[in-house]
Formats: sequence, structure tokens, C-alpha cells
Amino acid sequence: MSGARDDRTGPVEQIEDDGMLSPGAMRRAAASLVERVRGGDLGSIPVIVGVVVIWTVFQLLNPVFLTSANLVLITMQCAAIGTIALGIVVVLLVGEIDLSVGSVSGLAAAILAVSFVQLQWNPIFALAAAITAGMLAGLLYGFLYTRFGLPSFVITLAGLLGFLGLQLWVLGDTGSISLPFDSFFVQFAQQMFLPAWASYTVVGVSVAAYALSLVRRARRRSAANLEAQSYVEIGIRSALLLVFLLVSAWYLNLSRGVGVMFLFFIGLVVAMHLVLSRTRWGRAVYAVGGSVEAARRAGIRVDRIYLSVFALCSSLAAVGGVLAASRLAAANQSSGGGDTNLNAIAAAVIGGASLFGGRGTAFSALLGVIVIQSISSGLTLLNLDSSVRFMVTGVVLVLAVIVDSISRRTRAASGRA
Amino acid sequence: MSNPVSSPPYRKRVLTMRGVSKHFGAVKALTDVDFWVNEGEVVALIGDNGAGKSTLVKILAGVHPPDGGTIEFDDEAVEIASPADSQALGIETIFQDLALCDNLDVVANLWLGRELVTSGGLDEVEMEQRTWTLLRELSAKVPSVRIPVAALSGGQRQTVAIARSLIGEPRVVILDEPTAALGVAQTAEVLNLIERLRERGHGVILISHNMADVLAVADRVVVLRLGRNNGVFSAVDATSETLVAAITGATQGGGSAPEPPAAPRGESGAPIIPMPSKSARRGSARTSRDDRNDA
Repeated sequence: MSGARDDRTGPVEQIEDDGMLSPGAMRRAAASLVERVRGGDLGSIPVIVGVVVIWTVFQLLNPVFLTSANLVLITMQCAAIGTIALGIVVVLLVGEIDLSVGSVSGLAAAILAVSFVQLQWNPIFALAAAITAGMLAGLLYGFLYTRFGLPSFVITLAGLLGFLGLQLWVLGDTGSISLPFDSFFVQFAQQMFLPAWASYTVVGVSVAAYALSLVRRARRRSAANLEAQSYVEIGIRSALLLVFLLVSAWYLNLSRGVGVMFLFFIGLVVAMHLVLSRTRWGRAVYAVGGSVEAARRAGIRVDRIYLSVFALCSSLAAVGGVLAASRLAAANQSSGGGDTNLNAIAAAVIGGASLFGGRGTAFSALLGVIVIQSISSGLTLLNLDSSVRFMVTGVVLVLAVIVDSISRRTRAASGRA
Repeated sequence: MSNPVSSPPYRKRVLTMRGVSKHFGAVKALTDVDFWVNEGEVVALIGDNGAGKSTLVKILAGVHPPDGGTIEFDDEAVEIASPADSQALGIETIFQDLALCDNLDVVANLWLGRELVTSGGLDEVEMEQRTWTLLRELSAKVPSVRIPVAALSGGQRQTVAIARSLIGEPRVVILDEPTAALGVAQTAEVLNLIERLRERGHGVILISHNMADVLAVADRVVVLRLGRNNGVFSAVDATSETLVAAITGATQGGGSAPEPPAAPRGESGAPIIPMPSKSARRGSARTSRDDRNDA
């Protein structure tokens, strides 16, 4: 897995914080922001500050860090772990945990390699088999959790071992299977980059869609006599986002450009964000994380939510495993092993998904994985080996949990719980 | 009965329970209890701890099915086997713990499990608008509908819980100790809210330990003692003393002879209290109710 291999990582640019970077919008939002922060509702601020600090330090230590080439590498390293972390975010939202995502991703990698290379399956079937295996693992967890009430910690710890065993069994005696370099998977993960014009088109279309949705919402709200965003604010937000994304794309285009795999990951994050914030299922996920009993009494079928969440997490872990194997162009016995698990969970927590449930967004996975991979990349550039990297990542994780814990206490004290 | 309920022009009968019994193992929680509520009427249900108030409410909420007796809703016999049945009939129960999601805002809590959707997903605008309408109707004071409910005071949280129960336009609203944890001002706020519920035509069942609250807001007071009816009083005629006497058993059935000291509950399968005049009391209760039906 990429996490266990070389981990050069650098900054990715996609940090979504349009409102915070401009002095104008800052002043506008300053009052409410200060109010929120005082109340312990920190949102993404700590992690964005963290990214800035980490990038500054590494850039000072090694000028290669913020080069376009290194940033491109970091974006590509983010995709696999980030996809797994996205699943972890959803599980954390309902207040549970999945410790087996590494093993499940390794299992998916093994299934993909065996079916695609050894059995010569159609790549689509191989991919479907890998992801289905992940989904089944998640459904099994959900079944054990809802039927027998075992703690998810224990279920997934057992899964960690069990699916690692299954992965080794699937791989058989060979131990390592290479994916052909000209296959779609490897091309996708290693060679496919958007041409410059395409990257700018994607940026333009995304920002247009963002602005349009804001305008539509503002229109509907003012038509309904509700407080609505002004067009000026929408304009500023969209313009900031546009500038930010354009600069990012331009900078990445100085070397290889925007990787298709990275774009795929961003797409997953945005899709997950929309599902979590705009559907009844998403609302139910947050409700279950806030109070299971309240959700149950509100008529939400809590068991189904748990089942779907565990299945989604494991499926995303499987997708992450496929991405990692594609990037490595191989699946082997250590796929999904090493620090994959902990990096994914750490990314979700560092990004702001609360371990206590009910708080966090899909963007937590993106922000968190950028931090994790930046540290990894920076330390690798400094020729420090993995011993230091593990220790630094551990410290950052503890810091993130401390921030979560303190802000939770502040929220409780100021009645924002 | 010596305290027959005066019959103001109540509207239609919504819910009637006749001779309802419930036991848990050897413990007889309810024995032959009669209970009813009309539209636009606030019925207070009072009694000492273990009198069976919660059990009665849980039967109506569909948490426990009754062992005996009948429940009629709109003059039709019904069975309430699950909370979903109860809600489908139009009975909403607000338990003491309120069951709100602290991490969600007021709108999300109000519409939880019943969210309005459009083609583009959740219809936040419509939900927020209707939330405001409802809160204004209830004259409720909530600073913003877009803050997490954890940021609200106890009274405001109670308001949100009550407003949530009204989303489905229920016929009967059951409030379990709504003022137990509140200060003076917040209690007044909630009592006000109960008046609003009555004005809207909901039948309200109020469980409370607080005689002042009960007398301030209820139309009729039903006393349970050790799982049996122990009197029905009109709130206009009742005083704290008469109610306390009925609760403690100093008076029985609203004026019958004082009952003998009760054995500890649930020690055996035997009836908890000897009830010499049981059939007579039931008969009189029924008569009184029938009178009221005719009225």
C-alpha cells in the first residue's frame, strides 16, 4: 500500500475554505466566527492552521517540499488513504469505529489482483468483486453489531485479523502479484493526468455549480422570507474559491498536473458531502451519532443506518485498496498492512471528525489526509526514516484529539455541546 | 362518585381506556383502570411513585401492550402494539428525557424522521419556514432555529420537544413530567405552551408531581393509587389537599371509606389492595362517564 511504501507527501491545494482567506469576507464573517470559536465550535480552523504550520516548517527545512512536482506526488498519495479515511469519517459520525479498514483494503487489492491477473477476468468484474468483498465485510460487521450488540471495536478488531488471513489465503503461495503496467488500473493511478485545459474546465464548472447552488438557495430563502446570503457574499465566496482552485490547478500544472485519481478522490468527497448534508439518510447518520435513542424514537430505522454505514465504510476501504494496489502496480501480503489502518483513522480524526460521534464532515477526510501525507512527505524529504515519521504522526494525532476534546468541553461549557 | 366531573362543553371524545390492566411478572402495575381524554382538554394524571402513571402512558405510547381491558380511539376499539401504532393513531408522547439530538439544530430535530424532501434533497427552506410558523403559533421563545439544541435552555428544549410532537398534527399529546427539571420562569413558559396545545384542540395528558402546575393548567385531574383509579376531580373544584389525600390514599375513590394500609407491592400474586367495593366503584365510574357522553 502506498501508506506503507514511500510516503512523500506534500500539500494538496484543495482545502475548501473560501470564506477564510480573504480580508473582505473575513471581516464580514468575523463576528459570527469569533462567536463560534469562543463557543468551541472550531470547524476546520485547527486543521487548516496545522497544514499551514506543517508546510511552512518543511519548506524552511527543505525547499523541495513546496515544489509543484512534490505537491503532485502528495496529491497522488492522498487518494488511497483519503478514500479509506472517508469511510472512517462516516463510521465515526455514528459514533462507532472500524479498525479493519487496512485489512479490508488489502483483501480487496488481493482479490483484484488474483481475479484480474491470474484468472484473467474482465477488469470491471474484477473491480466489482473487490468492492463487493468489502461491502460484504461491512454488512457482516453491521449484522454482528445490530444483532448481537457487540462493540464495533471488538468486531472490527476480529475483522482486522480475519480479513488479513483471508487476504493471505487469496494471494496463495505467490505472495505478490503484479498488475500489468498497461492495464487500466495502473494507468489510472500512475499515468493519467488532466491536460491543463481540462483542469481549468473542471475548476470553472465546479465553481459555477457551487455559485449556482448558493444563488438558488438564497433566492428560495428570500422568497420564503428567511434570512438569506446576499449576492455580494455569494460572489465573494465563489470568486475566492475560483481563485484558490485556479491557482492550485495552475501550480500543479507546472509539473505533471492534476491526477485523475486525485480528482476521483475529490469527487468522492464532494459526493459524500452532498449525501451527508442533503439527504434523509445523511441526516439520520448525524442523528444516530447525536443520540441513538432520539433517532430511534423519531422513527429512524437505526439498525439499517448502522448496516449501511458499516457497509459503506468497508466498501470505501475496498476502493482505497484498489487505488493503492493500482498505484503500486501490485498486490502483496503487506497490502493494507503497516500503518494504513492508523493513517486512515488518524486522517479522519485530524480532519475534525469527532471520536464521540455526530460531528465532522466529508471534508474532514480530505483535510486530514493532507496533513498525514504532508508530514510523511516532509520527513521523507529530510531523509528521516519511518521511526521518526511514526512518532511525529502519533504526536499530531494526539494533538488533534486534544483539540477535539477541548473544543467539546468548551462547547459543553458554552452550551453548544 | 362524590367528585363528579362538572361537564363544560367539551368537544369530542378522542381516547377511552376501559378496565385496563398490566402486570410485570407478579407485580400488578395497573388494575382495572379507566381513563379518557377529549379534544381540547388537559387531563392531569397524578399519583405517588409506583402508582402506575408511567405504565399507563407507556401503554398509550405502545411501549407495553396491556394485559386486559380495551382502548378506544374515536369510538373504535384499537390495539396499540408498538410505538409506530401509537403514532399512526395520532398519539405523541414526550418523555422526560425529551430525546433530542444535541448535535442537530432546531429544524433538524423538529423534522427528524419526517424530513420534507424535494428533488434536490432535503427541503430545508420549507422545513425552516414551517418551523417558524409552528413556533410562533405556540408563542415559543427560541433564539434561532439554526443553532444546535444543546445551546438551548431547559424550557426551550422542552418547547422544541413539544413542537416536534406537533409536526404530525396528533390528536393526543402526552407530556411526562414536563416541568420537573425547570425553574420558575421556564415552568411558566411550558404551562403557557400547554394552554396553546389546548387551544389548538389537542387532547393533552399531563403527568406531574407538582400540584400547583396541575391546578393551574388542567381541566380534569385523574388520580391513580397503587395501580387503580382513585378519583377523578374537576380542576375547578379540587384543591391541593383533596388531591394529596387521594394520592396518599387518605380518601379512596374520591370519598369512599379509607382503605386499609397497603401491603408492599408485588410481593405475591395476590391483589395488592383488598378492594371490597370494586364492582360498585367501577359501575359508578362508568355511569358518570356515560352521563358525560350524553351531555
